[in-house]
Amino acid sequence: MVPDAAAADEEKCLADGIGRLQHNAFYMHRALDSNNLKDALRYAGQMLSELRTSSLSPHKYYELYMRAFDELRKVEMFFVEETRRGTYSVTDLYELVQHAANILPRLYLLCTVGSVYIKSKEAPAKDVLKDLVEMCRGIQHPVRGLFLRSYLSQISRDKLPDIGSEFEGGANTVNDAIEFVLQNFTEMNKLWVRMQYQGPIGEKAKRGKERSELRDLVGKNLHVLSQLEGVDLDMYKETVLPRILEQVVNCKDELAQHYLMDCIIQVFPDEYHLQTLETLLSAFPQLQPTVDIKTVLSLLMDRLSNYAVSSTEVLPEFLQAEAFAKLNSAVGEVIEAQVDMPISGVITLYVSLLTFTLRIHPDRLDYMDQILGACVQRLSGKTKVEDSKATKQIIALLSAPLEKYKDISTALNLPNYPRVMDHLDNATNKVMSTIIIQNIMKNNTCISTADRVDTLLELIKGLVKETDEAQDDELDEEDFKEEQNSVARLIHMLRTDDAEEMFKIISTVRKHILLGGPKHLAFTVPPVVFSALKLLRHLQNQDGDVNGQEVSVTQKKIFQLLHQTIEALSSVPSPELALKLYLQCAEAANDCGLEPVSYEFLTQAFILYEEEMADSKVQVTAIHLIIGTLQRMNVFGIENRDTLTHKATGYSAKLLKKPDQCRAVYACSHLFWVNEQDGVKDGERVLLCLKRALRIANAAQQMNATRGSSGHVTLFIEMLNKYLYFLEKGNPQITSSAIHDLIDLIRTEIQSDNTTSDPSANAFFSSTMRYIEFHKQKGGSVGENYEQIKV
Amino acid sequence: MDRRNGFKWAAARSPAVSSIASIGSFFSLPFFRSRRMVLVLAIGDLHIPHRAPDLPAKFKSMLVPGKIQHILCTGNLCIKEVHDYLKSLSPDLHITRGEYDEDVRYPENKTLSIGQFKLGLCHGHQIVPWGDLDSLAMLQRQLDIDILVTGHTHQFKAYKHEGGVIINPGSATGAYSSITYDANPSFVLMDIDGLRVVVYVYELIDGEVKVDKIDFKKTATTQSAH
Repeated sequence: MVPDAAAADEEKCLADGIGRLQHNAFYMHRALDSNNLKDALRYAGQMLSELRTSSLSPHKYYELYMRAFDELRKVEMFFVEETRRGTYSVTDLYELVQHAANILPRLYLLCTVGSVYIKSKEAPAKDVLKDLVEMCRGIQHPVRGLFLRSYLSQISRDKLPDIGSEFEGGANTVNDAIEFVLQNFTEMNKLWVRMQYQGPIGEKAKRGKERSELRDLVGKNLHVLSQLEGVDLDMYKETVLPRILEQVVNCKDELAQHYLMDCIIQVFPDEYHLQTLETLLSAFPQLQPTVDIKTVLSLLMDRLSNYAVSSTEVLPEFLQAEAFAKLNSAVGEVIEAQVDMPISGVITLYVSLLTFTLRIHPDRLDYMDQILGACVQRLSGKTKVEDSKATKQIIALLSAPLEKYKDISTALNLPNYPRVMDHLDNATNKVMSTIIIQNIMKNNTCISTADRVDTLLELIKGLVKETDEAQDDELDEEDFKEEQNSVARLIHMLRTDDAEEMFKIISTVRKHILLGGPKHLAFTVPPVVFSALKLLRHLQNQDGDVNGQEVSVTQKKIFQLLHQTIEALSSVPSPELALKLYLQCAEAANDCGLEPVSYEFLTQAFILYEEEMADSKVQVTAIHLIIGTLQRMNVFGIENRDTLTHKATGYSAKLLKKPDQCRAVYACSHLFWVNEQDGVKDGERVLLCLKRALRIANAAQQMNATRGSSGHVTLFIEMLNKYLYFLEKGNPQITSSAIHDLIDLIRTEIQSDNTTSDPSANAFFSSTMRYIEFHKQKGGSVGENYEQIKV
Repeated sequence: MDRRNGFKWAAARSPAVSSIASIGSFFSLPFFRSRRMVLVLAIGDLHIPHRAPDLPAKFKSMLVPGKIQHILCTGNLCIKEVHDYLKSLSPDLHITRGEYDEDVRYPENKTLSIGQFKLGLCHGHQIVPWGDLDSLAMLQRQLDIDILVTGHTHQFKAYKHEGGVIINPGSATGAYSSITYDANPSFVLMDIDGLRVVVYVYELIDGEVKVDKIDFKKTATTQSAH
């Protein structure tokens, strides 16, 4: 049959059923109104006969059942009313309804009268309940049976001889209530399980679905049990739980076992679970191998974890109950028992166990490591985990301690932590490494011993080391940059104030980053270099209280390390970066008073400049950095100084563009005039530089003239400013006539520049002239130098 | 040689005002609420990730989007993330190139006008001797500007110098520098109003943010420049 047609058929069936039900209900009510009990019972029987149908799915059957249920409430009210008035005795009614022709209507009516019977207290509740629950055995059709018993459960809920209930007392004890519910539960579960094995084999999946729809009818019984006052911890421990578990284990049905275990965990209080952990957990390995135990067990652990943090008072109970040991062994047993459990399931269990442990035993790092160790064991023998579900779980597993302790050091103390990480494939290792770095940055954690640094960098080797896989090419450039920048940031967090340990840390970092490929080095070398430079500063600052010789030994070692580290950049190659770093080192060596070291670094910088810098723009920046650095140095003797300044001036004059040459050469003039008290003051060589720069400016002007372009006049104004600068500083070689010549030259240039006037040059010149004026007026020692200048 | 009148500068430096928790409280001063203000952030030499892991958390919590109209960044950011971060604070972002910047498109120097002020921006590694006031003044004359913002030395400086003001916001991360020992993280906020600019220096000293206020007034002089 086509599904749609089947659905339409069913719909019609239901509509017809409801129609007949309402029809009979109508006559039943009329009979009731006229107090015609016999007819009323007859119509009631006919009405309830509709529930005998087999052509409705559980879902539709439920609709029909609800209608019948509503009608039965009215019948019950009638019985209550009439027995109260004394029209009928409830015992008679109880007999009378049993005359109904069919068993199903008979039992529904019996339950209804039974409810009234209990309420009247003419018979002990326990006897009526026992009778009803036994009688219901008469229906063995699963769906009909389940609904009938559900009805029984419904009408009896408020009449159980629970502690504190009006129906308790005398012969009626809470044991009877529990016994009744347990029995009903057992019978319902049997019916529910049997459903799976009835009907054609081909409709197995459909039956599974139908059964799922009915599961709450069964589970309701457990809910009723949990609501009973009489079910205290002892009762639960001694009777309720063992009986439920017995049924769960014995039914050997996957769906029922999964659902009912879940149900037990959800409906009973967490405190009970904690106190009966052993009993509850012992059921897990006995379940069918196909049951999704990990979900249920995880649920239990998650609930217990939440319970543990709900109040500080409960924590001791956990310790007393040895919860960890029990859960740990249960997890192990379940994994052993279910050989087919996917690795993602195994890890999920360990994640829950770890979460539980972090909450209950935050101080027990050994437990933590034990769990991770168990994970390693399960993962061993397998190649890298690539199943995305499993890797996600491993990330959750490894992230949990980080989030809890907000300190990577804790994780670094767990020997099994890196072992778990070893099982991740490259991509996931990178993800986890990034999480670790983010955690460190977020919590501002300093890793302050070389050993821990070593462990950490080994841990995140996915980001640090070069992977030899071809997939590197596919790696997104942006992602790679981001990753490497995060490693670079991390390097700054590896630090301590203890100089000796810091040196070890830097050496360790260096060892690790050199394992990275050329692409990595461009990112990782600079932070290492600057860490080392900072350490040098630190040593200088504490020079006073430490043995001077020792300091210089360490200093030399650091410079050696710096040298070797920067050298590694040649494989990238990244000459510009290397040059800048060499210059930083040269200046640091200068500050330590180490002339040969400083000279060596500058030599390296010059070599790179000579051999590796082809781009003219790069050259301009590099030469300015060289001049700027050199200008600040005071460690050199005359000979070395001459060599270096000579080189710098030479390269300045060899830049490609004339304006660049001119600017670099006039910058070199500062190499011979250092304003500090003991600084070099070689006026003659300053002048030589300026003259040389001026010649270049002239040449630039000539070139421009041939090209017919302008813009060179700025260079002359810049030269004028430089002359003024040294005039101000008291360089005797700077004469007012030279300055006059320059001013005249600039004026001529600006006036003759008829092609295009350059407003910025004009502004520059006028602000320079204003500056001269300013000094002339200001007087004083600087003003004196300006006196001879006429404008 | 005709040009606008020259200006004289008057500076008043008040002692460290107080240590404040955030710009938030600074903004809530009635003085700032009373008029439309133009806030300019001068910041630079972050050297992330070469020399520092990140901007100090205290600075990050102070610098929030929507409060700053212009950003002048002297350079050495050094990476795109930092650029994006600054851009998020104010879309009007001006950057000049530091020697470590990966983005080669940043210009060597830049000028712009804000209110009645002409401002110039340059990293400063090109100006030898580094940080030398008289050499920077030459650049100021060359760019013909009232306020020059430069960096490179990692040390906060604000001078009144002949024709104008020269500001170095220092290093926002307090990055290592061969020039300055023990550089403290710092940045500068300029409140520009008419002929007046108030320079607020935020400096992180031993974990505490200290703020210092310097007042500059540009006064038109009667005397012509020429």
